[in-house]
Amino acid sequence: MTEEILKVIDISKTFVLSKKQQKLEGITCDKKVAVNHLSFSAYKGEIYGLLGPNGAGKTTTLRIMSTLIKPDSGDVIVDGASVCTSADIVRGKIGFLTSELKLEDFFTPNYLFDFFSELHNVPEDKRNDQKKKLFDRFGINEFAEVKVGNLSTGMKQKASLAISLVHDPDIIIFDEPTNGLDVITAKVITDFLQELRAEGKTIIISTHIFSLVEKICDRVGIIINGKMVVSDELNKITNGLPLEDVFFDIYSKEAGAEE
Amino acid sequence: MKNILAVIKKEFFRFFKDRRLMLTTLILPGLMIFVVYSIMGDALLNKFGGDSEYTPIVYVNEIPESINNLFNASELKLEKKSYNESEIEAIKEKITKKEADLLIIFPDNFDEVVKNYDVKDGLPAPNIEIYYCSVNTESSKAYSIIATLLDGYEKSLSNKFNINFGDNYDLSTSKEATGTIFSMMLPFLILTFLFSACISVAPEAIAGEKERGTIATLLVTPIKRSELAIGKIISLSVIAILSALSSFVGTIASLPKLMGASRDEGEIISANIYTFTDYMFVLLIILTTVLVVISLMAILSAIAKSVKEASTIISPLMIITMLVGITSMFGDVSSNRVLYLIPIFNSVQAMGGIFSFNADVVAILITLISNVCYSVILVYILTRVFNNEKIMFSK
Repeated sequence: MTEEILKVIDISKTFVLSKKQQKLEGITCDKKVAVNHLSFSAYKGEIYGLLGPNGAGKTTTLRIMSTLIKPDSGDVIVDGASVCTSADIVRGKIGFLTSELKLEDFFTPNYLFDFFSELHNVPEDKRNDQKKKLFDRFGINEFAEVKVGNLSTGMKQKASLAISLVHDPDIIIFDEPTNGLDVITAKVITDFLQELRAEGKTIIISTHIFSLVEKICDRVGIIINGKMVVSDELNKITNGLPLEDVFFDIYSKEAGAEE
Repeated sequence: MKNILAVIKKEFFRFFKDRRLMLTTLILPGLMIFVVYSIMGDALLNKFGGDSEYTPIVYVNEIPESINNLFNASELKLEKKSYNESEIEAIKEKITKKEADLLIIFPDNFDEVVKNYDVKDGLPAPNIEIYYCSVNTESSKAYSIIATLLDGYEKSLSNKFNINFGDNYDLSTSKEATGTIFSMMLPFLILTFLFSACISVAPEAIAGEKERGTIATLLVTPIKRSELAIGKIISLSVIAILSALSSFVGTIASLPKLMGASRDEGEIISANIYTFTDYMFVLLIILTTVLVVISLMAILSAIAKSVKEASTIISPLMIITMLVGITSMFGDVSSNRVLYLIPIFNSVQAMGGIFSFNADVVAILITLISNVCYSVILVYILTRVFNNEKIMFSK
């Protein structure tokens, strides 16, 4: 096994729900355990997929890993830095992309690339190289000077992806990377993730699309009701069976156990 | 420091490259104030000034000699018309239709009756009837002039003593008088403009970014929350000051017209009475006040979930600020230096002191230092708010 670059250690997160949220969730309890003593590791140069149904805790886990929120207990060590005690350092080491993070409509991809490069303290020559590489790769040059507000969803996703990688991070965390994208843009993104892996980057994605996991992930963690049910190499989990069948088998067992 | 500058640069780029925002925040406030105040000034002048060339049409029979002399001495121009008793109602109708201005009916043998009248007799005094129409500017003005003349004549009949007859007994200089007007008006106006400017930029820049999810994109970069807070506050303060400056210029430019309506001809309201030091102090007070107000609004905007909610939360602050601003209109400047520790109130009082030439340098320094201290505390609170996931990412 190669070098362990990210370690999630027994993290838990409980949210306090408002009356409105309780109504929306259809529950009477004012607390919701989103992540429950969850642990896993990701290794250098692999794509790790967090698989689970909606509300399983995938996004919360990624948000903890990216320092947007803090765990109630446990820790995440990102290339030696703790998300609890060294959040600023962690932010410099990761690239994080989620539909929750938006680009300001008024600015152009070109301006935002430079702005975020400045925040990541990227020297100008490196910034220009990285910009050329990413803009060429995603065809952003065509709309580099168009305001984000005037871009299509696919173009925005490409721009967001490029901007999340301004500092050429070794660890990339993507929440539902192909969600809501047309098939062509989705393919561009998945191909690119595989290229990043080939460069030795570590990629952690969350998804509920089985085909995507089967296509690009080296290892998989299945999360159900905030718990990590299984985390292993994809081949070892599926044993040659379709991932979808394996998942539903695990899911029905877990649901039965919960009941 | 580099990240603070990056945030400031981005906010300025956002503002100065957006023509619509520039128009609504920088140009329109000043322009609108200038146009509205100028029109108000003209309207007031027309209302109370009237047409100086106009000769009122007055129906009057047999003007008593004493009154005729009075009218001639005052060089009062009247288009006098005589009438029959039977025409009185028709003339009244004409006055209401603005076809005539006054109907004056003197008692028969007015001079004789007045001469023989004794208060001790307990009988009603001779009565001059002047019919006019108060909604007609010319009629109202003619009535006012003639009533004043007759009133003066009536007083002169029993003149036993005068108060301040002739000379000007007011020992204040015109500079001081102007200063008093400025000190009563400007602190309130400046505070209103500053607050309006702040409210037009702060909720959008903080709550708006939060609502649209763009602030989260910033929060996953290595920028420190304190750097983000300082960058936002400085950039918003500069924009708010520019916007307030626009309103201020509009006010100053329209002030002579606005004030001209209620002042004598030749008296011009001018801000040239203040020194460079006065202006520098005012500028420093404005700067530190904006820092406090923007910081407060930034915190409230960061707590709010949307721009709409931020505006609602800020409204009570606006009411309080306006009430504090009104204290400048009472005229007196507080000499209790402890009161200069109260934010916003201190700025109003300190500016009032400068404009009325009663500036207390120590009080001004207390104002400036305390405002800076409050700003630092508020930046710290904003940093804590940015760090609070429950506030920043609550749905």
